[in-house]
Amino acid sequence: MTDPSPSKLKPPAVYYYGTCLVDLFYPEAGLSGIRLLEREGLRVIYPRDQTCCGQPAYNSGYVSEAREVARVQIERFSQPYPIVVPSGSCAAMMKRHYPSLFEGDPFLPRAEEFAGRIHELTSFLVHVLQVRLVDLGEPVQVTWHSSCHALREMGIVGEPAALLAQLARVEVVPLARESECCGFGGTFAVRHPEISAAMVEDKAADVVATGAPTLLSGDGGCLLNIAGRLEATGQRVRPLHIAEFLWERTRAR
Amino acid sequence: MNEGARERILRRLSAARPPAAPPSDFDVLAKKEWPRPARYPRLRFQMESVRAEFLETTEAAWPASVRKFLATEKLSTMLYGPGTAAAERLEAEWRLSEGGPRLVPYDRPIETGDSKRQLFDEMDAGFTTTRGGIADTGGLILWPTPQEPRLLSLVPPVHIALLDTRTIYNTFWEAMRSEGWASGMPANALLVSGPSKTADIEQTLAYGVHGPKRLIVVAVHRET
Amino acid sequence: MRAEPGPHGFRAAASSALKDPGLRANFRRAMDGLISKRAAQFPDPAEWRAMRNLGAAIRARSVANLPALLERLEASCTRRGIEVRWAETIEEANGVVLEILRSHGATHVVKGKSMVSEEMHLNEFLEEHGIESLESDLGEYIIQLDGETPSHIIMPAIHKNRQQIARLLGEKIRGARYTEDVDELTGIARRVLRKKFFEADAGISGVNFAVAETGTLCLVENEGNGRMSTHVPPVHIALMGIEKVVENLEDVPPLYSLLTRSATGQSITTYFNMISGPRGAGEKDGPFSVYLVILDNGRSRISQDPELSATLRCIRCGACMNHCPVYTRVGGHAYEATYPGPIGKILTPQTEGVGARRDLVEASSLCGACGEVCPVGIPIPELIVRLRREAAEPAPGSTVAGAGTGRSRAESFAWWLWERAHRRPALYRLLGFAATRLGRFVPGRLPVLAAWTSVRTTPRPASRSLHELAKRAGVPHE
Repeated sequence: MTDPSPSKLKPPAVYYYGTCLVDLFYPEAGLSGIRLLEREGLRVIYPRDQTCCGQPAYNSGYVSEAREVARVQIERFSQPYPIVVPSGSCAAMMKRHYPSLFEGDPFLPRAEEFAGRIHELTSFLVHVLQVRLVDLGEPVQVTWHSSCHALREMGIVGEPAALLAQLARVEVVPLARESECCGFGGTFAVRHPEISAAMVEDKAADVVATGAPTLLSGDGGCLLNIAGRLEATGQRVRPLHIAEFLWERTRAR
Repeated sequence: MNEGARERILRRLSAARPPAAPPSDFDVLAKKEWPRPARYPRLRFQMESVRAEFLETTEAAWPASVRKFLATEKLSTMLYGPGTAAAERLEAEWRLSEGGPRLVPYDRPIETGDSKRQLFDEMDAGFTTTRGGIADTGGLILWPTPQEPRLLSLVPPVHIALLDTRTIYNTFWEAMRSEGWASGMPANALLVSGPSKTADIEQTLAYGVHGPKRLIVVAVHRET
Repeated sequence: MRAEPGPHGFRAAASSALKDPGLRANFRRAMDGLISKRAAQFPDPAEWRAMRNLGAAIRARSVANLPALLERLEASCTRRGIEVRWAETIEEANGVVLEILRSHGATHVVKGKSMVSEEMHLNEFLEEHGIESLESDLGEYIIQLDGETPSHIIMPAIHKNRQQIARLLGEKIRGARYTEDVDELTGIARRVLRKKFFEADAGISGVNFAVAETGTLCLVENEGNGRMSTHVPPVHIALMGIEKVVENLEDVPPLYSLLTRSATGQSITTYFNMISGPRGAGEKDGPFSVYLVILDNGRSRISQDPELSATLRCIRCGACMNHCPVYTRVGGHAYEATYPGPIGKILTPQTEGVGARRDLVEASSLCGACGEVCPVGIPIPELIVRLRREAAEPAPGSTVAGAGTGRSRAESFAWWLWERAHRRPALYRLLGFAATRLGRFVPGRLPVLAAWTSVRTTPRPASRSLHELAKRAGVPHE
């Protein structure tokens, strides 16, 4: 955990950046993230005009396309509220790479200001909100896959574990190679499908070997990739975004 | 052609504008310090983990320790470099009695007569002094000289190295700075931390691949 | 840094490597071992960060001052009696080496490990000119016997297991019996190579660090073959890339420490050999002549770009490949280049062209493991992205080899469409609506998704998007 210092003043409102993958493939996870924030007394704003952070184009070298899409996001999050993102990868794109897109552009100060407001969801819950979770679920085992960008670009190392540790009846069974890439890598999975396939085969095997019936991750891309592999091999492991899991375990019914 | 290559390379490099480098902060090395009494045990521990062997001895007794070691290990010839204070001590020890392992001087260029073949085929051990050791990582500092040529510590299957345990530096960095190496490097200087080894086959360690199969550190402790 | 990609290309080579379970197991086992040994060398994150910052600063200082440092190195070496030669291309470098060997009448050469010599394909070149050139590093010796190139820059024979090596030595070495015992295998090589060291007319080595201040050539090794090659024969030729220079002698200890800890998880290697001249007056051994060949081969071009010049900081530890999930699975040969793995992915396209080697630039999931462990802080993932950009949409005035040659019309069109869909929120929502309503009708094996579905099920959008769920739940949108 990078910042164990006491919380800054809780902001009155936050923006929520859903990401395109959560929007289309894991909307329940997206909504769970909103609920978790609202429960802490925040006003959560979900701008309707958000689309995609632009990472696919950026990572493929198509910078002008990425820049124009980035500009739209920055313009639609104009109030000085923190921006919470249920994805380490998209958060890293906006926090770490947006300013470089506007090098030499009059728009640069806005991009930098925007980047400075980006928070990954689990990090925001732990460091800014300092949430206290009460586990209401049955005893269960889960395993956890770290997304590479959360880990290495956002420095999200202990935050998800700290949240899961608050759940009394959840046991985390670690993967043998927790920090190894699952092979998604955005367009990499399409450009080098065989290598990507070898990587996700190993990751899925690692997941199955834990014996845990639930796989958690904080990134839609990794989930989509590993879930597709688990399903193709008939495994009954349930892949779930950590936001959805945390909400499921702690919501009053 | 060759002159041209130099000029063309330098011209291209001069046209480049690479970013200026941040300052080099050596503090992380300066902070690596051990109290004097802790240095030798640390060096020994580190070097034993890469299979160096140690003979604990004293200033008065070390030549006899070396001779006894050779006899015990059935090493019948030891090459050494005449002309150093340590060499005189060895020679004096060998004058005390006849028989046992032979002390062979490395006293002519290897091209002379049959010297190179003898060096490769007939020497069981080679003896050198050291300039000191390194506590941080383990390791001995060797500066081959006209008296103690480079191959003494390389070609014979056993390398016996004399270490004064008072001359152990904290780090390699400290050793070169406090001795002012930059103002006069010898033609060859070395760090040696153990017997020669390889892990090129399945990551499995094997000792004695091209250089010595054994490194014996003769650790001399002096009364202070 | 081959002149051109191999006959099959990375994609095909990787594909066949992936189908070889033995090869995958050899790499996985070896990389797992190296990863844990490296981790054990850096138990203190603060020490690691401080060491890496120092290593990065020293190497950045070298790269920022290359022309001055190379001239100073040349002057220091010359003063110490080391003859310096320069070569722009591998052809020139090979010519220089041949000329030196011929001037000494040398016909038998022993070699210490040198990646620059691999770049030059020096062994083949010398053999063509009637000079025996024998690798003496055990791993290099093994692959030379088998007519292969290194699959790893530190452990060249890492793709072979002991049974394969046992068969090879049993077949190729006269008088050697088949054994799988590693000590016995090593003993066989020792016997053969000792004779070669004894007989050699010249020794060739690489250089790990060349010190401008003192004219010192530093060699890092465990086996002793490097010392044998540089101390026993009467002539020593050292080969280095222009980037290997460092300013001061005191720059060497931190780089050496970072190198050994990162490469093999050793706190120190068996030998650290510092050569500052040929045999001096009164010395009884050591080479009479020492030469330093300084090779460019595309490096000075890399130095032209302020961001990409970080590539030249590399100290060739191989940690990036040890930690790379792609390298671990396809092995080193698939890259069809002298330098495999992440460092190869940024180095090779810069010397051979980003369009020609685009397959390498793309062969990364950008997981960041390489950048995380690089001991001199080369931002490898960022440089990979930068090179993808140079391939597709180069910056004005780009100095990168083959800039802009990786752009295809189909791909540009696809990204143009993507941009339209994502910079018009209303259009994006419409497409999202369509995807959620039609997603479940996507056939299980859709041709455009073939690559994805080869090992995975078809991804299916949810029945309602988050945009819709949020609106329905009354989440404020401004």
